[in-house]
Amino acid sequence: MPNFNKLKNLSGKMSIIGVSESDQIGKVPEKSPLALHAEAAVNALDDAGLNLSDVDGLFTAGWSTLDVAEYIGIQPRYTDSTSVGGSSFVIHIAHAIAAISAGYCDVALITHGQSGRSDRVPQEKHLGIPMIQFEYPYGIIGPPSSYSLACSRYMYQYGEDRTRNAMAEIAVSTRKWANLNPKAYFYDKGMTHDDYHNSKWVSWPFHLLDCCLVTDAGAAIIITTNERAKNARKKGVNILGVGEGHDHSMISQMPDLTKAFGTKTGPQAIEMSGISINDIDLAMIYDSFTYTVLVSLENIGFCKPGEGPDFLLEKSIIPGGNFPLNTNGGGLSYTHPGMYGIFTIVEAVRQLRNEAENRQIENCNLALAHGTGGLLSSTATVVLGS
Amino acid sequence: MKDNYKKPLPIPQPESDKFWNGLKKKEIWIQRCSSTNQFQFYPRTHCMLHNQNDIEWVKVSGDSTLFTYAIVYQAPMHSFVDDVPYVNALVKLNEGPIIPSNIVDVEPDPSNFKIGMKLKPVFVNVNKNFTLLKFRPA
Repeated sequence: MPNFNKLKNLSGKMSIIGVSESDQIGKVPEKSPLALHAEAAVNALDDAGLNLSDVDGLFTAGWSTLDVAEYIGIQPRYTDSTSVGGSSFVIHIAHAIAAISAGYCDVALITHGQSGRSDRVPQEKHLGIPMIQFEYPYGIIGPPSSYSLACSRYMYQYGEDRTRNAMAEIAVSTRKWANLNPKAYFYDKGMTHDDYHNSKWVSWPFHLLDCCLVTDAGAAIIITTNERAKNARKKGVNILGVGEGHDHSMISQMPDLTKAFGTKTGPQAIEMSGISINDIDLAMIYDSFTYTVLVSLENIGFCKPGEGPDFLLEKSIIPGGNFPLNTNGGGLSYTHPGMYGIFTIVEAVRQLRNEAENRQIENCNLALAHGTGGLLSSTATVVLGS
Repeated sequence: MKDNYKKPLPIPQPESDKFWNGLKKKEIWIQRCSSTNQFQFYPRTHCMLHNQNDIEWVKVSGDSTLFTYAIVYQAPMHSFVDDVPYVNALVKLNEGPIIPSNIVDVEPDPSNFKIGMKLKPVFVNVNKNFTLLKFRPA
């Protein structure tokens, strides 16, 4: 492991002082993606008790900060548009604390807006990249076909039936959490284990109910120094540890199909925080697919490789259980506009602030949020404390 | 051959022309580091292991094993609608590298696949410019 001593100096120095979604999430055809960015930004600033003019750092993915800043109406003196898939916004937290610490900005705004369901202009990839040259001609295109190749290998290594049972448990339990969140796409719709097993195949081994939603949604986060956080409207949530990185782009180049980069980012974020993984009260794990949760829990270090299915059966991940997981209902049942990572942070902050209403968990002091982006390509882990 | 092929075609780059041109002649050319004898895929201008430009091209048989597979039921693009269900695979060449492909000439049912099963290459001409490298059970 690298030496994290210098990194530890940054632990606990910055706080998240505002979070929000856009006014509506789910099906929002009447709003552009930039409008979703702006709504979320304004709402998060209101949550923090700040104004647009206070923002001097802008972080976003999938868009140029030029367009986002112009639309929102800010003139940032520091910007970062690191865009490595749905984990990007979790990575932006790591970049924001570095930028604030170095003096590049004082108030960082991270925004996301995406109309995965209703966008009038689909986003295109650069045609010259190897993924398009070597995988697209075979129909290995997009997340379901790529993640299913990884899951199939996992099942081969660690057993198909126990993996399947764990994936079903993740799908059904996440839906139970969504049934407690009025903002969730499937708030009103239950799911049984039979529903899961009977849902159609998308890309074997994935059923439809292994796959995340495709929605329209925006979200935003405000970060500043603890000093400045004292004047915020609400008590800030402390940023204790961060980790980011990636080890491939297309699935056929993944070094080990059953181990994503969370094997690095999880331990780094926990080490930087100075906590033990057993102290975590809430795990917000990007669930592009049920399988993503299973493998991420192992990668981060909640259990050993291949032991995820046993871990999930020993713990209880339903509401009221002893391992609160994806309490907003996740990308599977709450919202997933295409790049979901920012919503893991929004929910973690709400739980740490005791603002999660019906789904509030007890004694939530430490939360871990983990984003996965691309085709299991990039990950980012953040540890937050109340 | 009438060119009404609608699915995505490779867009070769200068360093990968040799690979795609080889397939048209039913030949599989991959790169090897002349210092370490390690193979690599996809083609690059340097050896990924030790950062040097000591790459040579080697013709291989295509004999390989199934590393992982998945069966696509929901077409990722409209042009694949008539193909579902089809089998995506990562194939491990006997020389070591893993390459993305499809398994053909077998019913797309999990009972017909075993990870580690032996595979042989199938050269599929999709139009006058491109041949794709697919695989079938040996």
